[in-house]
Amino acid sequence: MSKKDQKLIFEMSQPGRIGYSLPELDVPRKDAAELLPDGYVREEAPELPEVSELDIMRHYTALSKRNHGVDSGFYPLGSCTMKYNPKINEDIARLDGLAHIHPLQQEETVQGALELMYDLQEHLKEITGMDEVTLQPAAGAHGEWTGLMMIRAFHEANGDFNRTKVIVPDSAHGTNPASAAVAGFETVTVKSGEDGLVDLEDLKRVVDETTAALMLTNPNTLGLFEENILEMAEIIHGVGGKLYYDGANLNAVMSKARPGDMGFDVVHLNLHKTFTGPHGGGGPGSGPVGVKADLMPFLPKPVLVKKDGMYQFDNERPQSIGRVKPFYGNFGINVRAYTYIRSMGPDGLKAVTEYAVLNANYMMRRLAPYFDLPYNRHSKHEFVLSGRRQKKLGVRTLDIAKRLLDFGYHPPTIYFPLNVEECMMIEPTETESKETLDAFIEAMIQIAKEAEETPEVVQEAPHTTVIGRLDETLAARKPVLRYEKEQ
Amino acid sequence: MKHRYLPLTESDKKEMLDAIGVSSIEELFEDIPEKVRFKGTYNLKEAKAEPLLKRELSQLAAKNANNKQYASFLGAGVYDHYAPSIVDHVISRSEFYTAYTPYQPEISQGELQAIFEFQTMICELTGMDVANSSMYDGGTALAEAAMLSAGQTKRKKVLVSETVHPEARDVLRTYAKGQGIEVIEVPYKNGATDLESLNSLVDRDTAAVIVQYPNFFGVVEPLADVEKAAHGEGAMFVVSANPLSLGILTPPGKFGADIVVGDAQPFGIPAQFGGPHCGYFAVTKKLMRKVPGRLVGQTKDEEGQRGFVLTLQAREQHIRRDKATSNICSNQALNALAASVAMTALGKNGVRESAEQNLQKAHFAKEALKQQGVDIVFEAPTFNEFVIRLNKPVKDVNSQLLKQGIIGGYDLGLVYKELKNCMLVAVTEMRTKEEIELFAKEVGEHHE
Repeated sequence: MSKKDQKLIFEMSQPGRIGYSLPELDVPRKDAAELLPDGYVREEAPELPEVSELDIMRHYTALSKRNHGVDSGFYPLGSCTMKYNPKINEDIARLDGLAHIHPLQQEETVQGALELMYDLQEHLKEITGMDEVTLQPAAGAHGEWTGLMMIRAFHEANGDFNRTKVIVPDSAHGTNPASAAVAGFETVTVKSGEDGLVDLEDLKRVVDETTAALMLTNPNTLGLFEENILEMAEIIHGVGGKLYYDGANLNAVMSKARPGDMGFDVVHLNLHKTFTGPHGGGGPGSGPVGVKADLMPFLPKPVLVKKDGMYQFDNERPQSIGRVKPFYGNFGINVRAYTYIRSMGPDGLKAVTEYAVLNANYMMRRLAPYFDLPYNRHSKHEFVLSGRRQKKLGVRTLDIAKRLLDFGYHPPTIYFPLNVEECMMIEPTETESKETLDAFIEAMIQIAKEAEETPEVVQEAPHTTVIGRLDETLAARKPVLRYEKEQ
Repeated sequence: MKHRYLPLTESDKKEMLDAIGVSSIEELFEDIPEKVRFKGTYNLKEAKAEPLLKRELSQLAAKNANNKQYASFLGAGVYDHYAPSIVDHVISRSEFYTAYTPYQPEISQGELQAIFEFQTMICELTGMDVANSSMYDGGTALAEAAMLSAGQTKRKKVLVSETVHPEARDVLRTYAKGQGIEVIEVPYKNGATDLESLNSLVDRDTAAVIVQYPNFFGVVEPLADVEKAAHGEGAMFVVSANPLSLGILTPPGKFGADIVVGDAQPFGIPAQFGGPHCGYFAVTKKLMRKVPGRLVGQTKDEEGQRGFVLTLQAREQHIRRDKATSNICSNQALNALAASVAMTALGKNGVRESAEQNLQKAHFAKEALKQQGVDIVFEAPTFNEFVIRLNKPVKDVNSQLLKQGIIGGYDLGLVYKELKNCMLVAVTEMRTKEEIELFAKEVGEHHE
């Protein structure tokens, strides 16, 4: 990568150049002012770029070279499951019969699409151990909110209007409390104990008849399996609350333990994590939600059903929470996830989890001599290290992350979960080879040595990227959120 | 287990288990209590080899009628538009599509800059000051706009026109329930929001007035009048706009909109059975710090070189948790990139030309249908959609059209009781004169 500013596309614009090809208008052209009301014909054209097709391609190719994806190199970003994105998924999702179908076509013209959705739901039910699944939510956070709205509807249908609180562990993803707030709940935090697991005594202390639900990811964000899960389920169910499973970490337990069997009532999945829908630089994702039978009446409308050999949407759902998204979810991502599941099969998915966990434990043990390991026990698909030792030498976790960029790696998730000081959360995934893990481990060991011997090398990193550390304070104090043409 | 996505060999596994100090992978799962342990194998379809799976899924796809084979007159929020070939080539660059959210700006400048450009283009089209990096879709963006309005005005009632997309209104109601916001629908008259009703419903408790532009019936809403009604009572003026239409229509920003939302699907994003599309969210400068989702901002590195970062993150869930402006985390970044490429390809001239062709062709279709004796339900000016009344069920006419290679319009009677046998017809720049004439003729015949 070279240290050179890449012009904005607007800065390349030249009046009169075009990058499109539209047929000549083949119907009579009338004056727009005749067809539109007075004052509604745009006077000033939007300042979109005027560039040729090659200009565009070079621009975005240059931008892509300034971007790191899984295909560029190792990406052990904890809780994000940055595994390989299979190419067959992309091919299937682009088939005319899947990419170019309209959501409001008559049902008989889209039976293939509905069959795929239905079969995906069936597969996800089996994987999670739930009774029904909706594909409507667009992403994980959207699924969380959908699930919580269903829990709310469930309680209200029972005449239970005082369940205003949702409990989340201190190690929870930030979306959990945010989704609870959007669903109209107040958030209560439950502490983790010394062992990194939810403190059962604290849980008993915070639950009561106002508890609507406990949101939990298992394994938790420290990569540890909440082994008291059945006791926790009993505590929550004992006060009449529901247990919510944040499926962000499902990669750790496929074929080993199903949320439905652990006592969870609602589950959301991140198909863009475990099931290889690509992350796309931040989306689109897909966040299906699975529920147990007692929550089924509250599923978002419409519900896909199979009747007399035909797939159709059922809108007659009087207790439904309503729609959470126009149409039926991020179908294109669901197609990719379905293709992946069908590529792996049951044995493949089991191997996915086993190798993901093997890779994580291998890295953890090999790195343990060089960094602090806050929880010395088998991890699941990810593990956390603490940079406490390096911090004493003046090297922060942020510096370590930036130094990793020089080795061509995307750093781990840092400073999360919040309950570990100088945290690094590492998730290798199962699609990485031992050679890749070993090379990353060597880089981390070298950085640990540099922290002792030449800390400035780490503190001043990165040294090889197209740009140095950026001034985030300036960005926030004087926000420049769009390009303005110089006058 | 050998699989092309799983590289560990038997000897790798053995070495790794030794390094960990366990004798089997199973030992690593010992912390899962016996009682919840899943034993056995999932009851799923067996794995299929790549060529066989490709064949099977291609056959499944072939069961669907698609708009590459058929001439589509179906819109209702999702449109068949010109998608420059270059769009798919750019978004297929895997440095983009296999990346996560750009949390490490030094190795994510490509994505960050592309989003900064997207934000700029959305501002240009809508006439607003600030746009975010995308939302899930137009419907959820509209619901978020209502929530922002309620938070900003500290009022708990929103007015939404019945001419807003019915599914977007459904989504709005679901979100509103969570937030304890009352949603009141404003009836329409002659295909546009009834201003008299609006003026009588809007009051000092109204957080927002929400309209769609052009509206669900294709009609160009009188934004100037709606603005007066909203601002007259201190409510936020929220517009859901088709961004392509803004190539020719006066942008909502010019009419004083506080929030403009919508879906960028018309810009190079395939219909794909309703998603993923690409919501956008644009506001005035005043609301900059209230915007949901991610924002990219320009800044400098230590040497003064221009660069881009995610900014104003104090609004977001990973910092503010339950006090965040929204719970959104994943957005539609890759589709925002697709829309950016399409907007760039069209450019200043193409977006106008494309919008103009939609306007002209829809108008031509309207006239052709009139000539066939078909009723145009609303006389008000429209963009690329309009409503016709048939004398038999839309479903029946559509089944006939399908035989002629045409996907007919949307059956409005499914949602609007008073519009039984009415069809919402969309005519984009993709429809040729011949297709339009065939459509008009066929509808005319089956209309008898």
